[in-house]
Amino acid sequence: MASAIFALDLKGKVLISRNYRGDIPMSAVEKFMPLVLEAEEEQQAPTPCFTHEVLALTKKNSNATTILLFLHKLTEVFTEYFKELEEESIRDNFVIIYELLDEMMDFGYPQTTETKILQEYITQESHKLEIQVRPPMAVTNAVSWRSEGIKYKKNEVFLDVIESVNLLVNANGNVLRSEILGVIKMKCYLSGMPELRLGLNDKVMFESTGRSASRGKAIEMEDVKFHQCVRLSRFENDRTISFIPPDGEFELMSYRLNTQVKPLIWVEALVESYTGSRIEYMIKAKAQFKRRSTANNVEIHVPVPDDADSPKFRSSIGSVHYAPEKSCLVWKIKQFQGGKEFLMRAHFGLPSVKNVDDPDKKPPIGVKFEIPYFTTSGIQVRYLKIVEKSGYQALPWVRYITQNGDYQLRLPESIKNNKMTPI
Amino acid sequence: MSDFRVTKPKFFATTKKGENYELRADLNSEYRDRRKDAIKKVIANMTVGKDVSGLFPDVLKNMQTEDLEQKKLVYLYLMNYAKTQPELVILAVNTFVKDTDDTNPLIRALAIRTMGCIRDDNPYVRKTAAICVAKLYELNPELAIENGFVAVLQDLVSDANPMVVANAVTALAEINETSTTKDIFIINPSTLSKLLVALNECTEWGRIAILTALGDYRPADSKEAEHIVERVIPQFQHVNGSVVLSAIKVIMIYMRIIKNDEMIRQLVRKMAPPLVTLLASAPEVQYVALRNINLILQKRSDILQNEMRVFFCKYNDPPYVKLEKLEIMIKLANDKNVDQLLSELKEYASEVDVDFVRKSVRAIGQCAIKIDEASERCVNVLLDLINTKVNYVVQEAIIVIKDIFRKYPNKYEGIIPALCQNLDALDEPEAKASLIWIIGEYAERIENADELIVTFLDTFRDENSQPQVTQNVVQRVLQIATSECDNPDIRDRAYVYWRLLSTDPQAAKAVVLSDKPVISIEGNTLNGPLLEELISNISSLASVYHKPPETFLGRGRFGADAVQRRAIEEQEEASRESPIQAQVKTNIENLLDLDFNDNSTPNSNTPPPPPATSSKSTNATANVDDLLDLFDNSSISNNNPSTPPQSSSTNHQNNGIANDLVSLF
Repeated sequence: MASAIFALDLKGKVLISRNYRGDIPMSAVEKFMPLVLEAEEEQQAPTPCFTHEVLALTKKNSNATTILLFLHKLTEVFTEYFKELEEESIRDNFVIIYELLDEMMDFGYPQTTETKILQEYITQESHKLEIQVRPPMAVTNAVSWRSEGIKYKKNEVFLDVIESVNLLVNANGNVLRSEILGVIKMKCYLSGMPELRLGLNDKVMFESTGRSASRGKAIEMEDVKFHQCVRLSRFENDRTISFIPPDGEFELMSYRLNTQVKPLIWVEALVESYTGSRIEYMIKAKAQFKRRSTANNVEIHVPVPDDADSPKFRSSIGSVHYAPEKSCLVWKIKQFQGGKEFLMRAHFGLPSVKNVDDPDKKPPIGVKFEIPYFTTSGIQVRYLKIVEKSGYQALPWVRYITQNGDYQLRLPESIKNNKMTPI
Repeated sequence: MSDFRVTKPKFFATTKKGENYELRADLNSEYRDRRKDAIKKVIANMTVGKDVSGLFPDVLKNMQTEDLEQKKLVYLYLMNYAKTQPELVILAVNTFVKDTDDTNPLIRALAIRTMGCIRDDNPYVRKTAAICVAKLYELNPELAIENGFVAVLQDLVSDANPMVVANAVTALAEINETSTTKDIFIINPSTLSKLLVALNECTEWGRIAILTALGDYRPADSKEAEHIVERVIPQFQHVNGSVVLSAIKVIMIYMRIIKNDEMIRQLVRKMAPPLVTLLASAPEVQYVALRNINLILQKRSDILQNEMRVFFCKYNDPPYVKLEKLEIMIKLANDKNVDQLLSELKEYASEVDVDFVRKSVRAIGQCAIKIDEASERCVNVLLDLINTKVNYVVQEAIIVIKDIFRKYPNKYEGIIPALCQNLDALDEPEAKASLIWIIGEYAERIENADELIVTFLDTFRDENSQPQVTQNVVQRVLQIATSECDNPDIRDRAYVYWRLLSTDPQAAKAVVLSDKPVISIEGNTLNGPLLEELISNISSLASVYHKPPETFLGRGRFGADAVQRRAIEEQEEASRESPIQAQVKTNIENLLDLDFNDNSTPNSNTPPPPPATSSKSTNATANVDDLLDLFDNSSISNNNPSTPPQSSSTNHQNNGIANDLVSLF
């Protein structure tokens, strides 16, 4: 539970504050930045705090996770209200921010934090009482995320299944971790209070209902997280995903699983450095998925020394450019078909005298990509049943996409050639 | 104020002289818009800390309005000044009462927030009222109980609306914590079932409140615990990490009671995936999760035994996350995964963050000490690292190798020559001490041990205490130590060794070469009762600090009271320029400080209170003096530091008292 919430500027000066409990003098916030700096000096490592945009003070042994997540939620709501969260937007909107702070937290305890519901009764325009802004029933309903009386001419649902691949490969080319973080996003344009049921090719559900997964493969999710609309106890009982959806766009669920499949885009690097003269890279990229799929907007970021200069590139496909501000080269391939393999060579000059104190940072190779109509896990939406008492028909649309998450391949040690060789 | 941009938000415009005067005029303007803008300006001034309390009556006039936004602003203003100007707030009561009859629940709830009233047919109002009882209780516990508010709050736990239940639970838990009797919130079987139903229906924050209450509840037996746990497990699938961690807390606590082994196995299996998923959160949330995982692993090392890879550090993890991951990896290390771990640690040892590199090297040593079978592989990795010749890596490696030598005596002395090659590179006391210790231990097997030691002698005088203490040989050292060394501890220690050696060499041998206690990495683990207490505090600040709450609440450098005290001290400093003000201020503070006396200046000059028998003979002023003493030590001692309670100095004394009395006000 928080005693007070502050929004600070970059120097730690208070932009706006809300005192919820009055048990800490508001001037205590002035100690925040000095204490952070002092702590960092002592420990020689940054303290785990935080965005510096919003800050909570407490005097008790409060729930740290709750406070942190509330602050995140707060910035999320502000961003949805004002597009960007920065000093100026905070100053420009201080009246509405006070209203939001008032509604989202009471006496230091988080209350309603759903933007969609807040937007129904805390609006930018000031209002006269005749218009009768009332807290929507949803604020306190068991269905606290959807208001009644929603109407659409055409009832539609769009599902986006997005899988992000996290990969960590060590310098010897061994895969240390390969993990999929999937999310199912929904855009819901449905009238009334519809009951939805989502069917996936979930292995545990097949097993519990005694069905064999003969029709296509079933996937085994390691962990699943649901939007608060999903009835968790039902999922625990029989793996049914049943819910009354919020209106509009939201994230229905996320899941995590480890994969055994080959990394989708494999990158091998050979680095040869000639101290005091030049460094050379040979990069091989391979798309290790089926031929009928294509990865779009592939970017391969290869780190180079900070002091590298005069780049020269040669590649069998795509374009290469040097990004000195990030100390890396970027190889862009618009379309990368499954099963293909491409090569790129790069050549940089190095200054003849190296600053000895400059330690060699070793950032990994990073890869960005998007593969439409494809999921790595093989997850499938088998059905989405929509039942509303008015009995309308609604069509669900499903789209699949796989993209990179934290996709890192550690760069192997460069082969050192200290002899000066003629170029 | 010059930082604030003048153009866009006109409410933050720079201060002009007599701004309050203008505002007052605007607040009383006949035009609605002008009045409203004026209120906004007042609020803006209040936000940046300017005193606008003088406008109280004028702002109050604007409370009766049809404009909801304006009403909220006025409420905000009232709440801000309610504590400092209670007599003025009474003026507003009429409007509040009117507002509680308003048809709009928003207005009613607003009024309730400020006043405290609890029965309403709208759940939005009730959930607000529930929290309000906690506010009321804080202000005036007797009033809250006598007027039956607390009793009504207890009824609200059975409310049909889950959000009301959650807030009632929150309020009751808070009241229970501050109450002396601790009997405000007692969960009985019927409230328990209400809580379990509401758990599935309320918002994420409400679920946390209910789970926290369940964590404080003690199930009667294993059966009841199992029943509750089954209802709590589905919360692992909630998207809010705090809900997940609160559920884990309940289960960790209930596992103490559950006797069903099969159930325990199942729980351990089910807990792992949600813990791993927490690592996909924002870095600072990850940090809190990692600190908690660290605790959970100390209690149940089996939970994440197959998941070490998820703790491998990513290049872009913030340093505080990396260091926590290291600790956890060591906890999870076993003879099956140690090879993988060693190759990771070796990789980390080549990064650029010195602190992280050192901790990684140290982790290799801890693996060697923890896993006997792996010690040789660890030593080899350390030798590889020493060969990199990176100075701080070499020094750290030698420090940990010393520990490995202690754990496995006479096993790895073959690597001593490799270590000694780096003798010249060592410039850190701990590294030097470690190498000297190694040489000393294996002196009989190192041909040139004496030469090696002598190389350290040249710098002996410049060293600080660590290597000096370790050196246990040669008279020359003792000579220098006793005659030329500035550090008294070292001189003492040297004399002890010298006398020991000169009187009884056998005894000296027994002392110096005695068996060392067995080394282990248990230093990183908490003792039983503390661990249990911290497990009961999962997800709270205590679980992040790994300290029981009473050690940091209201104390310590980062404690709220210390921060507050500093703020006060600074204020004092600021007001020292105008002495009268300063005097008044310090007196007020000293009065306030009576309940936490660590702040009040201890006063050695104050005369002891006269014994009861002599009180008649002492004059009245002295008594007054003593009375004043009770309230204000410092001002008396400042004014007349050594006045004894004697009639001869009455004159002086009177002055002093006069001063003191003045200073009290």
